[in-house]
Amino acid sequence: MEQVAAHAQAQVKEQHQQHPIRLYLVVWGFLFVLSAGSYFVDYVGLQGYLRWFLILLFMILKAGLIVAVFMHMAWERLALVYAILLPPLLVLVFVAMMVSESNYTIFTRMAVSGGAQ
Amino acid sequence: MAQSVQTHTGETDGRPPGLRGVVADFSSDQRAFKNVSWGKAMMWIFLLSDTFIFGCFLLAYMTARMSTPVPWPNPSEVFALTIGGQEIPLILIAIMTFILISSSGTMAMAVNFGYRRDRRTTAALMLLTAVLGASFVGMQAFEWSKLIAEGVRPWENPWGAAQFGSSFFMITGFHGTHVSFGVLFLLIVARKVWRGDFDTERRGFFTSRKGNYEIVEIMGLYWHFVDLVWVFIFAFFYLW
Repeated sequence: MEQVAAHAQAQVKEQHQQHPIRLYLVVWGFLFVLSAGSYFVDYVGLQGYLRWFLILLFMILKAGLIVAVFMHMAWERLALVYAILLPPLLVLVFVAMMVSESNYTIFTRMAVSGGAQ
Repeated sequence: MAQSVQTHTGETDGRPPGLRGVVADFSSDQRAFKNVSWGKAMMWIFLLSDTFIFGCFLLAYMTARMSTPVPWPNPSEVFALTIGGQEIPLILIAIMTFILISSSGTMAMAVNFGYRRDRRTTAALMLLTAVLGASFVGMQAFEWSKLIAEGVRPWENPWGAAQFGSSFFMITGFHGTHVSFGVLFLLIVARKVWRGDFDTERRGFFTSRKGNYEIVEIMGLYWHFVDLVWVFIFAFFYLW
């Protein structure tokens, strides 16, 4: 019982995020390179799966760097990390539903009006 | 029992590692985010809700684009600029991307200097961030007027599927609004930092509370989020 109370009452000092400036400059550099990469995908006009794969790859790497380092998520307490990063994954369920819905919509548009919309 | 509650257990929290630690935090019947200040936790929760807003915008765009039999306008050509007689695809958007990333970099450094209590450097970096943000909004205004002049409307455009215009104005407009409010927020916090409010513990005019340099980090979270959203808009709307 005492142990439970002690854990409940545990006073943890609020921590400040302090990291060397160099880290931010390196990440900044990476973000520049990744952005240049995704612009390059469009500039040389890659098409099809390679284009989509590269766009998504660069996007996820950039998003990960921003969240992990610039927003300090890499050093936050795990409870906060889970509370913030897990719920957006549910959007992917919504994506799956809307993909199915879109396929149905375009099917009816083609079938009924011959694609005039 | 009452006494043990009163007892301070020091700086250690006795948290079990991994998922058990998460369960212990959430089930401890107190604050769940123990070493995170309420201000930072609330900003994160606000950003989570904003994530869903932009997630739904991008979803609406995906649905519109997937469900129309009319070809989608090619963003690479739509957003091309003619510079020196040469048509360069997507160049303005690329410049805007680099500007926003740079502003994120200066913001991250402002946070760092804030915790070092270097108020002049912090304020200067925040002002630089605000200037970069304002130039981003300016370029977006230029892009909007260019497209409107070319005949893009929420209900039609000269190149293809009508939903292109509505998706474009909705998504970039909402993002631009976020950037604009971010610039205001930056200027307000930068002024406080410059004046030394967080060194002299001056009380805020609205809340009458003493502030501290953590507000720079909280401000930074918002700003980085705006940059983060742009990463997704850039990938899905402009490059796809």
